[in-house]
Amino acid sequence: MRQKAFFAVPYALWIILFVVAPLVLIFYQSFFNIDGQFTLGNYANYLTSSVYLKMTVDSVWYAFLITLVTLVISYPTAYVLNRLPNKQFWLLLVILPTWINLLLKTYAFIGLFSQAGTINQFLRFVGLGSHQLLFTDASFMFVAAYIEIPFMVLPIFNSLAEINPSLINASKDLGANDWQTFTKVIWPLSLPGVKAGIQAVFIPSLSLFMITRLIGGNRVITLGTAIEEHFLTTQNWGMGSTIGVILILAMFIVMAVTGDRRKKKGGVRR
Amino acid sequence: MSKKHFSWGKVYLALVFIILYAPIVYLVVFSFSAGKTMEKYHGFSFQHYADLFADSRMITIVINTMIVALLASLIATIVGTMGALLIKGSHRKWRNALLSLNNVLMVSPDVIIGASFLIFFTMLGVRLGFASVLLSHIAFCIPIVVLMVLPKLNELSPTLVDAAYDLGASRWQSLSRVVLPAIAPGIFAGYFMALTYSLDDFAVTFFVTGNGFSTLSVEIYSRARQGINLEINALSTLMFIVSLLLVIGYYFISKHAGRRNRIVTVKEGDAQ
Repeated sequence: MRQKAFFAVPYALWIILFVVAPLVLIFYQSFFNIDGQFTLGNYANYLTSSVYLKMTVDSVWYAFLITLVTLVISYPTAYVLNRLPNKQFWLLLVILPTWINLLLKTYAFIGLFSQAGTINQFLRFVGLGSHQLLFTDASFMFVAAYIEIPFMVLPIFNSLAEINPSLINASKDLGANDWQTFTKVIWPLSLPGVKAGIQAVFIPSLSLFMITRLIGGNRVITLGTAIEEHFLTTQNWGMGSTIGVILILAMFIVMAVTGDRRKKKGGVRR
Repeated sequence: MSKKHFSWGKVYLALVFIILYAPIVYLVVFSFSAGKTMEKYHGFSFQHYADLFADSRMITIVINTMIVALLASLIATIVGTMGALLIKGSHRKWRNALLSLNNVLMVSPDVIIGASFLIFFTMLGVRLGFASVLLSHIAFCIPIVVLMVLPKLNELSPTLVDAAYDLGASRWQSLSRVVLPAIAPGIFAGYFMALTYSLDDFAVTFFVTGNGFSTLSVEIYSRARQGINLEINALSTLMFIVSLLLVIGYYFISKHAGRRNRIVTVKEGDAQ
C-alpha cells in the first residue's frame, strides 16, 4: 500500500494544484471587479451589454463557419485517404503539418496574403486584379480552417477505417447504389468520428486569439481574444474571468452535444 | 485490385496536400532569398541564416525553449506514468473520476488554461518567468503522458505481474522488471508527444511568461506583429527539420509499439 501512496502523491498534487485550483480560481475571480471588490457586476455587465452579447454570438457564428468549412474539406479527404494503399503513410503526411509551430504557419499566410504577396501576384497574373486579402473575415476563416484540417481528418479517418467492409458489400448486394450506401451505411457509421472532429475544432475556434490578431487584424473578436485583452491589456481580470466562465460553459455544451467521447491522441492545442 | 491511374478523388487529395504544404514550402523557399520580403525571390543566399545565428537574443530564446521543453516533458513523463499506474490500480468508481479530471486540461481551451494559471501564480506569488512557464508546461503535458501510457498498462496481462510475485519478486522488482519494460513504448510516445506540445505551445506561455522570459512561439508572435522578417523564415526552416526528425522518431517508436500490439491481437485472434 505504501507504494501506491508514493505514486499517488505527485499526480494527486497535480490534480489539486493545476486542474482543480485554477478552475476554482477563475470562477472565484469572476466575482471581483477591477478594484478587487466582490460583485455580481461582471455577470450583470455581460448579460446586459450588447457589445459582449454580440461578441459572443459572432464568436459562436465564426466557430460554426470554421468548423463547417473544415468538415466540408476534411470528410472527402478522410474518405479518399481511406481507400488508398499505404493509407497510414498518407495519413501521417496530413498530420505532419500539425508538428510545425502554429505561429510559423500563421506567419506564412501574412506573406502569402499581403498586398504584393504571392496570391495577389497570381490573381493579377490571371487578370483578376489584386485584392485586400489580409485582415478580412474570409482570410481569418481560411487560416483557422487550414490549421484545424488535420484534427478533423484524423478522427473521421479512424471511424471510416473501423467500418467493416462486409457491411458495404452487403449494402451493395442488397441493391443499394453508391449514394444510398453512403447515406445509409457509411455516413451513420462514421458519425462518431465526425462528432469527435467537430468537438476538436469548435472549441479551439471559439478561443483562438492569435489568428484574429495576425490575420484577422482585430476585426473579429472571439471569446478568446476578449479574455486575452481583459487579462493582458486592460488588466480587468474579473471581467476576463467572467468571459472565461462563459467559454467553459460553451465548452460543456459542445461536449454534451457532440457526445462524451474522449479525445484521441494528437488533440488540439493552442 | 483495380488500378485506375486517374480519379477525381486523387485530384482532390492532391489539392488538399498542396494547400497543406504550400505555406511551409513558401516559408522555406524564401528563407534562402537574398531579398528582404516574401514577395519576390531575389536569388539564393544564406544571409538570413547568418543573421539568425548572429542574433544572440534569438539564440538565447531557442535555448530557453529547448530547456523548458526537455525539462517539462521529462518531469511530465515521470508524473504522468505514476498517474497512469495510479489510475490503473484504483477502484473502478475512482478510475472514471480520475480520468475525467485528467482530461480537463486536454479539452480546456488554451486561453482558459493560461488565464487560470496566471491567476494561480499571481495568488501564490510565483514570479512570472522561467519557473511559471516550466510549471505550466509540466502541468499541461501530464495528461498527454497519462493517455499514452494507460492503453499500454491495460494491454499488460495481470497474470504476468502475478507470475512475478509468485516467483518472489518484491513490489519494486515487479514494477521495474515487468511493468515498466512492458509499458516503455507508451512512456516514450508520451515523452515525444509532451515534447511537441511544449515546443508548440503559444497561448498558455503567452499568459504566464511575464516580461523577462520568452519562448520561441511568443517571440515569433511579437516579431510577426511587426511584419515580415526573413530571419523568421530561416528559423522556420530549421524548426521544420527538427519537427521532421521528431516525427520520424515518434513514427519509429509507435511503429515498434504497433508491431507488438499486432502480435498480441493476432495471438488473441488465434485463441478464439
